[in-house]
Amino acid sequence: MAKVLVVTSGKGGVGKTTSTAALGAALAQRGEKVVVVDFDVGLRNLDLIMGAERRVVFDLINVAQGVAKLSQALIRDKRLESLWLLPASQTRDKDALTDEGVRDIIADLRTKFDWIICDSPAGIERGATLAMRYADEAVVVTNPEVSSVRDADRIIGMLDSKTVKAEQGEQIKKHVLITRYDTSRAARGEMLNIDDILEILAVPLLGIIPESQDVLKASNVGSPVTLNNAASQPARAYIDAARRLSGETVDMVVPTEQRRGFMDRLLGRRAA
Amino acid sequence: MDAKVEPQRQVMRLRGRSYVAFVFSPFMPIMNWLEEIDATLAQSPGFFAGRPIVLDLAAVELSSHGVAHLVSNLETRGIRVLGLEGIEPDGLDPKLPPVLSGGRGCVVEQVEPKKVEVLPPPPPAPSLLLRSPVRSGQRIVYTEGDVTVLGSVGSGAEIVAGGSIHVYGTLRGRAMAGINGNSDARIYCQKIEAELLAIDGYYQTAEDIGETLRRQPAQAWLDGDVLRITPLN
Ligand SMILES: Nc1ncnc2c1ncn2[C@@H]1O[C@H](COP(=O)(O)OP(=O)(O)OP(=O)(O)O)[C@@H](O)[C@H]1O
Ligand SMILES: [Mg+2]
Repeated sequence: MAKVLVVTSGKGGVGKTTSTAALGAALAQRGEKVVVVDFDVGLRNLDLIMGAERRVVFDLINVAQGVAKLSQALIRDKRLESLWLLPASQTRDKDALTDEGVRDIIADLRTKFDWIICDSPAGIERGATLAMRYADEAVVVTNPEVSSVRDADRIIGMLDSKTVKAEQGEQIKKHVLITRYDTSRAARGEMLNIDDILEILAVPLLGIIPESQDVLKASNVGSPVTLNNAASQPARAYIDAARRLSGETVDMVVPTEQRRGFMDRLLGRRAA
Repeated sequence: MDAKVEPQRQVMRLRGRSYVAFVFSPFMPIMNWLEEIDATLAQSPGFFAGRPIVLDLAAVELSSHGVAHLVSNLETRGIRVLGLEGIEPDGLDPKLPPVLSGGRGCVVEQVEPKKVEVLPPPPPAPSLLLRSPVRSGQRIVYTEGDVTVLGSVGSGAEIVAGGSIHVYGTLRGRAMAGINGNSDARIYCQKIEAELLAIDGYYQTAEDIGETLRRQPAQAWLDGDVLRITPLN
């Protein structure tokens, strides 16, 4: 049965779009049929991260308004057969999207895909509430710092009250994804630690994605990090997270400092 | 659409019928008069339910706007105005009830409201139980009594209670107990990291809460007019 997953955060710039692309690609690599949907109307990004920006003809709003058919707006990924993108419009504003329009598109996507992953805009306004409205599950993205965690808490409250699932008295399944986890700052105690974040949010952990140049490198070439460099630390963390989303139990790896030189690696293991 | 021409059209029949209606005669100042209405309603709620009334404006001088205001004021109290009396129809907003004339006084039988119309007041619920955490941005207001949270209260969340507040988790947001002047109300939590605590209007912010108490089980209570926060155990 199809699953609708919203990637949301409240606070901006925490890594929602990066995570949508990386998780979408990782699930597709596992053979699942995936569509990533950009809900960030007016500030679309997902097409760039997916490397599909030059193939966008129709978008979410065109489909919602009946100007284009869903099949005309969907863009298939060049690298992965089973990965698709439904882009947002860059020129329209958020009000062009209606509740009914979103409802119909999601219902249609449910018949065609295993996973429908919605990249939410930042904030708690209409765009964000529409992105979460029809979701079955949510990935709440947060960085290990206070304001981001507080906004995540706020978004969790909205997931529990403003989604169709919640209104029907059901529970929307929630996961916390901690991104931009800076290992050296963590070592110096400059960030909120994982336990504190989980205690505050009281939602199970989906994964910890380290702060990494590999993410920037991947987005510069228009590729989800899980495709661009699957062996990198952030890609491995995203791949593990995708496995957890599909129901597997995978041990949680807390990222550790990687910048060890050759000599360190050679000699680092010597017993004291 | 094809409209059929009816061969024998029915002539519209005008029939008369008279009804008994309550007449309200407001006096100046209108505010005082409305207070009397409110007092009546407080004693027998539902008294005017299903009984439209006629408004006799002979004793007051109101503009069309003033009349409209009065009519809507009555409507918010559940009183429907059937017609107006004692005022010139000229210059009145056509959306207002029509001006009537030729009314005659009569004795109204059964002025007591029917028993079924009076809803028994709901039994007072002494406490509100929240089974999930209260998240940032959420505000719970329960003036009737105690609030119990099975979980944490997030930073930027707010609980307002007429009685005491019990948090089985970390209290990071704001908690205001005893807001109706109940100085015996208390706030209890498993871990205190509150942004603000208040009882009956006396408050302390995070700054005031001693560092030694932070993250400990604690309670807040009023000692005269001093808000005290002490460890729980
Ligand atoms: N793990 C990471 N390591 C390093 N940089 C990262 C990481 N994750 C995200 N970034 C960078 O952070 C910036 C914001 O990421 P992204 O666009 O995914 O966030 P967003 O939550 O979608 O933002 P918005 O709220 O604006 O939509 C980007 O420049 C991205 O490359
Ligand atoms: Mg984004």
